[in-house]
Amino acid sequence: MTVLAIRNLAKAYGGVQAVRDVSFAVAAGELLAMIGPNGAGKTTCFNMLNGQVAPDAGSVEFEGRSLLGLSPRQIWRLGVGRTFQITATFGSMTVRENVQMALLSHHRRLWSMTALATRSFAGDADALLARVGMREQADRPCAVLAYGDLKRVELAVALASRPRLLLMDEPTAGMAPRERNELMQLAAELARRGGIAVLFTEHDMDVVFTHADRVIVLSGGELIAEGPPDAVRADARVREVYLGSGNA
Amino acid sequence: MGSVPFFFMSASSILIQFLNGLASASSLFLVAAGLSLIFGVTRIINFAHGSLFMLGMYLAVALAPMLGFWWSVPLAALAVAAFGALVEATLLRRLYAAPELLQLLATFALVLVIKDFTLWAWGPEDLLGPRAPGMDGAVRIAGLRYPEYDLFLIGFGPLVLGALWFLLRRTRWGTLVRAATQDREMAGALGVNQRWLFTSVFALGALLAGLGGAVQIPREPATLFIDLQIISDAFVVVVVGGLGSIPGAFLAALLIAEIKSFCIGLGYSKITLVVEFIVMAVVLIVRPWGLLGRMPAQTRGPGALELPLALPSRNALVALGGTALALALVPLLSAGYTLVLLTDILVFALFAVSLHFIMGPGGLHSFGHAAYFGLGAYGAGLLLLKGGVPMELALVFAPLLAVLGALVFGWFCVRLSGVYLAMLTLAFAQITWSVMFQWDAFTGGSNGLIGIWPSSWLSSKTAYYYLTLATCVGAIALLWRVLYSPFGYALRAGRDSPLRADAIGIDVRAQQWAAFVFAGLFAGLAGALFAFSKGSISPEALAVPRSVDGLVMVLLGGIQTLTGPVWGAALFIWLQDVVSRSVDYWRAVIGAVVLFLVLVFPQGVTGFLRERFAR
Repeated sequence: MTVLAIRNLAKAYGGVQAVRDVSFAVAAGELLAMIGPNGAGKTTCFNMLNGQVAPDAGSVEFEGRSLLGLSPRQIWRLGVGRTFQITATFGSMTVRENVQMALLSHHRRLWSMTALATRSFAGDADALLARVGMREQADRPCAVLAYGDLKRVELAVALASRPRLLLMDEPTAGMAPRERNELMQLAAELARRGGIAVLFTEHDMDVVFTHADRVIVLSGGELIAEGPPDAVRADARVREVYLGSGNA
Repeated sequence: MGSVPFFFMSASSILIQFLNGLASASSLFLVAAGLSLIFGVTRIINFAHGSLFMLGMYLAVALAPMLGFWWSVPLAALAVAAFGALVEATLLRRLYAAPELLQLLATFALVLVIKDFTLWAWGPEDLLGPRAPGMDGAVRIAGLRYPEYDLFLIGFGPLVLGALWFLLRRTRWGTLVRAATQDREMAGALGVNQRWLFTSVFALGALLAGLGGAVQIPREPATLFIDLQIISDAFVVVVVGGLGSIPGAFLAALLIAEIKSFCIGLGYSKITLVVEFIVMAVVLIVRPWGLLGRMPAQTRGPGALELPLALPSRNALVALGGTALALALVPLLSAGYTLVLLTDILVFALFAVSLHFIMGPGGLHSFGHAAYFGLGAYGAGLLLLKGGVPMELALVFAPLLAVLGALVFGWFCVRLSGVYLAMLTLAFAQITWSVMFQWDAFTGGSNGLIGIWPSSWLSSKTAYYYLTLATCVGAIALLWRVLYSPFGYALRAGRDSPLRADAIGIDVRAQQWAAFVFAGLFAGLAGALFAFSKGSISPEALAVPRSVDGLVMVLLGGIQTLTGPVWGAALFIWLQDVVSRSVDYWRAVIGAVVLFLVLVFPQGVTGFLRERFAR
């Protein structure tokens, strides 16, 4: 089942065509990696999906509904979770409270002045933290966590709204190799079990070819290859523009 | 002069008003350009810039009889520049790494010190300056007389703009300034002598402010009010023109000055502020960073780490309850002055807690919170005296005036952050003050309103003390309780990471706006209680120094704790009471104390204590 469908997306900055005529789709329970050398248009593409940049042409449909013109806030309400390249969490709150905020927002309780925030959805928050292996650290302030743990907290926060689509921008940037694989393993498990569609950008080819179900390759703003990791790895054009000499 | 519809103005009087606007713009531009320049390089908003303008005026007036007008202007400007360099080298230099809020507070303390110095040196009377020799006549323009000196001023602004352009674009010093403006760390890494550069930039900014003041003396008298008037005008100019842009400052100064000039020319001088406000509003909606400004880079300092908000322990609740109970027992032991002082402390504790609500958890650094205090106070007075409403109802409904103000002003304020927000809140407070100050018929103008007494059953000191105690304790408890609710948490979420808050569906602006209004409501309640406790109300209740008092209370007690603002208020009011009874220039003393605290504890008193205890 197609969750996210991108058709003929295009964006130019001044005279530079950052993205041209890009189309692809992500299905439920599938991990799709978007790769490409620097300047290929990955970030522009990503920002057009989550409401930060308006495309010049093309369509972005989530479960058959256009996301164009919606704010990041509205897109989240529809069921799209996000993690950031550089983690963004609430530093003055505990790990559990970070997840509780997402739950409070999901249940539209943010305007309550009478409830106690720390007692709201605490059990649900702990359950989510258990899924990402952070239950033991629930009471620690986010500001003192190790980077890899922050990434896990972000994952729990993103899952709080029961999203059908998860957008992960360079999820393993700044992590040690072993941590990278653990985090992506976790994300892959959660996605497959929950039937969540995952779109992620990634620089680490090891991560991409180990965990992605399918890979799309951008170069010069155009989609040049699409398919299972092995096929993409073998693609001559990909090797030429992306892997350079072919021995990477 | 009555009001004249625009289409009845003759072509020649339109021309004259236009020229008047141009002449006023020059002086305004000088101040705003200096402010912008200093901010660009040092990242400090110099709240004392209007005070430097005032010093320039007084110095020029004082020097003119000895040296003649044309020598007094440049010498006054140079003296102000030297003073600026001294301030930078002895004070501000130590604060470049301190949190933004403390830097603003330090320059604010300077405002207090300079004002009292001016009062001490030249007295409270307005001083009239001389006319400019050789330019004291008038020329005929389109059949109307126009002062020669104003023509000189019209040319002077663009001349300074040109000189600044040359200095910044064509000299090595200017290249360094521009490099430091764009990337301070990089400029430092490239071996730019930062100390010398910063001092010289500050001196130049001060020179421009002093010059702006000095050239004004043939046109208007030097007064002790001019400092805050000018700084809020300059803030409006900088917000409209774009912070850090000199041509933007020029453009905005022209715009604002022309608006003022035409409002005055048409006989609508009282609505000048409203028109100015509308222009600023439109610019901020269309171009949030000003006409020629760019979105500021995020320059958040390392700032002290804030711990999660734990629910209060049983012991803490018992201690708070015990304090309230002890306060309730005070009238049994003592009456008279103690109760008056405690009433004041309670009122300002509520004021400080309401400010902390938006400043601490909300991260909205308001420099104009007194506006809502004052609106509540005036609301009480006006309802009682003009509306004939019973005192009890007046107390209940007065804060709604503050709510109204917070609704309108807050809508703009939450669109900005950091120093822009601080400047805008200050400008709004100054506008509110001006309305109260100028609207003689309704608000009693500078005299204010008298005869705002509580009902007879509340007229004794003890009865009113109990009313204040119950109201303030209840209100403070409510404000604190809300911080533990999802609403309060969402507010902190928006402060900690707007990016993440947005990504999980929190409407940060809407929640900040609501918090702004909520805090305004309680500041208004404090103001209403204040009015009935004093029996009168004057524009001083919402003047800028009152806003600063609130900031000092919050920062003194510690912005990262809930109870801090209460202790800060108690300490501040008590200190003020002691000092003002024994010293004439108590504002200067308060300013000096603040400067001392900022220099000794650049991370704030609580930050300091935390660090101590953490070890």
